[in-house]
Amino acid sequence: MSEALRPQPRTSNDTLPHWQGLRDHRLRLQRCAGCGTFRHYPRPLCPQCHCFDVEWIDAAGDAQVHSWTVLHHAFHPAFRSLVPCVMVTATLREGVRLLAPFKGDVRHLVPGLALRVGFEDISAELTLPVLVPA
Amino acid sequence: MSLSGRAALTGVGETAYSKSSDKSVLRLSLEASLTAIGDAGLRPQEIDGLIPYPGMGVVAEDLIVNLGLDEVKFSAMTPLGGASPVAAVQCASAAVSSGLCRHVLIPVARNLAAGGRISDRLRQMPQFNTVAEFELPMGAFAPAQLYAPMARLHMERYGTRPEHFAEIAISTRRNASLRGDGMMTAPLTLEEYLASRMIADPFRLHDCSLESSGAAAVVVSRKECARDLPHPVISVLGVAEGHPDSPTSITQRKDLLEIGLVKAAPRAFGMAGLTTADIHVAEIYDCFTYVVLRQLEALGFCRPGEGGDFVASGAIRLEGRLPINTHGGLLSQAHMVGMNHIVELVRQLRGSAGPTQVAGATVGLVTGYGDLGDGTLAILARE
Repeated sequence: MSEALRPQPRTSNDTLPHWQGLRDHRLRLQRCAGCGTFRHYPRPLCPQCHCFDVEWIDAAGDAQVHSWTVLHHAFHPAFRSLVPCVMVTATLREGVRLLAPFKGDVRHLVPGLALRVGFEDISAELTLPVLVPA
Repeated sequence: MSLSGRAALTGVGETAYSKSSDKSVLRLSLEASLTAIGDAGLRPQEIDGLIPYPGMGVVAEDLIVNLGLDEVKFSAMTPLGGASPVAAVQCASAAVSSGLCRHVLIPVARNLAAGGRISDRLRQMPQFNTVAEFELPMGAFAPAQLYAPMARLHMERYGTRPEHFAEIAISTRRNASLRGDGMMTAPLTLEEYLASRMIADPFRLHDCSLESSGAAAVVVSRKECARDLPHPVISVLGVAEGHPDSPTSITQRKDLLEIGLVKAAPRAFGMAGLTTADIHVAEIYDCFTYVVLRQLEALGFCRPGEGGDFVASGAIRLEGRLPINTHGGLLSQAHMVGMNHIVELVRQLRGSAGPTQVAGATVGLVTGYGDLGDGTLAILARE
């Protein structure tokens, strides 16, 4: 029941390919068609070369721990059944970051720990990335 | 042309602070506004500039129609979350010193029952749109949840400990206890701090600021107009705003510990022609204990990574070398978005801060910290 209340992402034409990719269990990142720089979260313009054109690239799926927190207080009714929950800020091989729930033992977390990206189907419409120990 | 010394804080006002209030946000705004205008020795009709606080539904037109203002020549908003009130002081200083207007009223009001809860912020602030799309569905969207990884990284990188965060909560509470007029006045011990429940590790309940109803307001005036008013002239010597990289997402920030104040601080000190050694008292935006610690580093009171040792030395206590948050701050007095910090700095520099007055304080600073790292700083001095 709490899952039904979970806030849904409000997508735009700038971000839709990312969300569609997640449904197919692919973490799709924007790479600038002009200068080749990866960027995330998705947005219309490359801040390096100001090119609007992008390629959507599947992330390799490996990452490293940058930092983390353990959420104890939910702040929203949809997440009450999910706390406590470990949220990891991870650096992907492509250089951009991913914030996602960590499915592992929080006591093992140290900066630099190797992780893999996985996927969790929340509903027919929504799939979210997760992080697991490599 | 430098802004330094061309504007002054001439009036301050506050309502009582509480968890709940049966007054509307607009009513609360007007009460604090009338107090601030009266404190400045002005009639409401002399207000000719307005900077309402964004997101709570009060706009310049509401102030005009209620206060009966018929000569408003300037209005603006500074939507930087907790950095807004100090950004508004910068904006007002520019407006009055350019000749656009003479007296700018800046009110902030919140009512928890009317959109003032922290969980309402996402909707109210467009700078949260990226967080709302990509991080809210995961369950991470409240400031405690978004800042916790910054605090954790500071601990991992520099050895900062919960006891360091505790010192900020405890010393701030001490000031609130002495003042006696804030929302939390019972003394706080280290044991109570450590035993308080985890909100988002490493943040315990006592690392988090309050949620409050009430209002605070200030009047910023052109310097020449301030000399005829009742209080000593409190000049704006330096003021600045700074934005970190990736200001829409902390997750994507190259260095998670970077904050906008790193850029703003040298500009404000440069404008004032002062250094940290000249500061007698500091009101530091304290949405979370860690945010105070990191701002002390960004301001240059200690080097990056040394914030823990700095606070552990007793420096920030009332009798220390840099007394901070002498009113009890957002942690213990009330969360009035830091407008209460500006009000307090003016009182300190007037010498009217009561039981927590810093003896001989004539130069001080006040910071603002916006939700995803925007930073503002004003350096004020008594003439």
